[in-house]
Amino acid sequence: MFDFVSFIPRAVVQGIPLLLGSTGETLTEKSGNLNLGIPGIMYVGAISGVIGAFFYEQAAGGDMNGFLAVAIPMLCTLLGSLLMGLLYCFLTVTLRANQNVTGLAMTTFGVGFGNFFGGSLIKLSGSAVPAIILTNTSGYFSASLPFASKLGAFGRLFLSYGFLGYLAVIIALAASYVLRRTRVGLHLRAVGESPATADAAGISVTRYKYAATCIGSMIAGLGGLYYIMDYTSGIWSSDAFGDRGWLAIALVIFTIWRPNIGVLASFLFGGLYILHMYIPSGMNLAVKELYKMLPYVVTVIVLIVVSMRRSRDSQPPASLGLSYFREER
Amino acid sequence: MDNRIPAVENKTPAVEMRNITKAFGGKVVANDKVWLDIYRGEILALLGENGSGKTTLMNMLSGIYFPDEGEISIDGREVVIRSPKDAFSLGIGMIHQHFKLVDVLTAAENIVLGLEGKLDLKAASERIRAICDAYGFQVDPNQKIYDMSVSQKQTVEIVKVLYRGADILILDEPTAVLTPQETEKLFSVLRTMRDDGKAIVIITHKMHEVIALSDRVAILRRGQFIGDMRTADTNAREMTNMMVGRPVTLNIERPDPVDPKPRIEVKDLTVRSADGILKLDGVSFVANAGEILGVAGISGCGQKELLESIAGLQSVESGSICYIEDDGSRDELIGKDPLAIANMGVSLSFVPEDRLGMGLVGSMDLAGNMMLRSYRRGHSVFADRRAPRELAEHVVEELEVVTPGVLTPVSRLSGGNVQKVLVGREIASSPTVLLTAYAVRGLDINASYTIYDLINRQKKNGVAVVYVGEDLDVLLELCDRILVLCGGKVSGIVPGRGANKHDVGLMMTQLGGTAHE
Repeated sequence: MFDFVSFIPRAVVQGIPLLLGSTGETLTEKSGNLNLGIPGIMYVGAISGVIGAFFYEQAAGGDMNGFLAVAIPMLCTLLGSLLMGLLYCFLTVTLRANQNVTGLAMTTFGVGFGNFFGGSLIKLSGSAVPAIILTNTSGYFSASLPFASKLGAFGRLFLSYGFLGYLAVIIALAASYVLRRTRVGLHLRAVGESPATADAAGISVTRYKYAATCIGSMIAGLGGLYYIMDYTSGIWSSDAFGDRGWLAIALVIFTIWRPNIGVLASFLFGGLYILHMYIPSGMNLAVKELYKMLPYVVTVIVLIVVSMRRSRDSQPPASLGLSYFREER
Repeated sequence: MDNRIPAVENKTPAVEMRNITKAFGGKVVANDKVWLDIYRGEILALLGENGSGKTTLMNMLSGIYFPDEGEISIDGREVVIRSPKDAFSLGIGMIHQHFKLVDVLTAAENIVLGLEGKLDLKAASERIRAICDAYGFQVDPNQKIYDMSVSQKQTVEIVKVLYRGADILILDEPTAVLTPQETEKLFSVLRTMRDDGKAIVIITHKMHEVIALSDRVAILRRGQFIGDMRTADTNAREMTNMMVGRPVTLNIERPDPVDPKPRIEVKDLTVRSADGILKLDGVSFVANAGEILGVAGISGCGQKELLESIAGLQSVESGSICYIEDDGSRDELIGKDPLAIANMGVSLSFVPEDRLGMGLVGSMDLAGNMMLRSYRRGHSVFADRRAPRELAEHVVEELEVVTPGVLTPVSRLSGGNVQKVLVGREIASSPTVLLTAYAVRGLDINASYTIYDLINRQKKNGVAVVYVGEDLDVLLELCDRILVLCGGKVSGIVPGRGANKHDVGLMMTQLGGTAHE
């Protein structure tokens, strides 16, 4: 019998970094910026939080304040990913560099940046294993409601997560509301669809692109922080984050640019991502690798279905990947 | 300023533009010390050739560009217009030639785009309906733009500026994409708005529209203000002469067909688009050598598919397209690719609708674009670069293309010059069949006549010309016969001589129309 009560919480925990990453990327793409730097930005978000937490733990010793233990890594993460977002915008919006090249470069940069500073911290801490261990800080991040464990299956399924998990869902739903129902969302969609039109309507294209990309980067950065502080219980090691950043970008396509769909879709992706651990496959590792493909296979299927339906409403923003220059013709 | 008429008595102009100068890139002076007055309760036609600076001038009024020099006053008060937003707040609204609408949004969402405050689409829809009732528009606020026809989109654009409270309206070539009936409807709306006390500026090339609609004309030539006058006091010839700066003949030449004999015979041609929509339905006609066959129709009625089928670019569901040689032997064109069609001695020259998209490579220079037709020639592995370059120089000289040189990327040229390069290249291959689509789209009167002239010369050489056009007046004057398409079907084929514009317009909108064949 498949153990859903233990599988689903693991899937959700896997899904939350993807949800944050894809919500951030969706906002970014709605402004017409195809930010392939998201994997790097999540990496930078993670290492920034780790740096903050590391120095706070060192400074505070055994006497940690719960609020600061959460606030300092979060601020560091937001700042680190904001800087990445600003850099991306400066290159693609202000200097009008190619978005794909810039994004890929930023992913390479972000991963290298993370591994470099991660390695430095490992040396500073003098740890015997090649990892930074921040279990104390992680304790504050992953704290769930005290009575959750007493509520049986319900508690495990719905109340067993750290606050960042709930924040991720709230951010996704809020992003969805903003995009659909507010003037800011309408303007943002117009910028991503047709910047010339938005410009003529008096909307500042540059400002919207910068704002959406930077906010999106910060949200994605939180995904990296969640991964370290909650999922791995505060243990940083090089390259542990894996290909989750790319999965987050795949998720954007899977959800056809709708963050509210992303809530459930990310849990589905999370489930598919770890399914191989729950399916008995014996010693045959090749089969496990096949299971790991599932999220991508599903994305390809969604792409096929969406393009076969040819619905104008489930297409990517029309000017996605293009930079805008008012006097160009 | 001797050409200026005295200001309409005792009226302050709604807009006064004084000494407006705008240069691009330091070199090209688009507007040079232009003076212009716009009055309420009046329709002003702004006339000028391509590149005469009409659109630039109006873009400065609507906040897209900022003038280098000069003053703008609204109702006698000097203002600075830095952005479209500033223009809106002064009551200036511009309807651009290329609609500024977001396809995936609804009409209402497009109309409120850029405004501030809480987003309340219900209240917005109410106001939109009220505006529509006042002027007799039909707009469904909840309809998506991609579901709309061109004329519906234009209506949305007009409602958009009215919604913002604009009382100075600028329309940049509003009739370029409309049928005669739609144009008439637009004009009556504009007249209502004028009587309502709004100031209206319409930018156009079309002389008969100026005469039919406007109260006053202002003429620009090469960025300079030439003069303005009451429409009633002038005529098409005088206006054209002022526009061009020298006397021009306004009649399009239509020599009698030279020895017409069938060249292309199309029978029961049926074409479906990739998503299964019927684009051409049982189309049959004959195009004769030494004759111009016009194709009229609302845009998107199958003109593109028709030309592409003949050129071998479109897969055909059923029917036949025969190429008939001088000696009467017939070759089936369907199933051959464009290269094979050329290799069997059939030369089709094709000016695609989207001239930069399909006809030319924008980032390549003139010589390179000429080479797109000739790179297969020669026997060595190296392409011959000299011949295309000479051809480019020849085309530049012959058609008076304004360009810094043949090594300039085509995308830097203005629309009219791009068109000349394309048509020039196609004609240079001395075809036996010339297919053209919208060859004069966006061209001014002078450049258009150059193109008509070129086409006529081809006709005299015994080329079978298929001319897809959008200006019915031109079709009626230029073509020997006119094929009218309506929704992918042949609505009728009428002789060009003596055809009636109204009848052809009707045939475009309903099969067979009421016209007598």
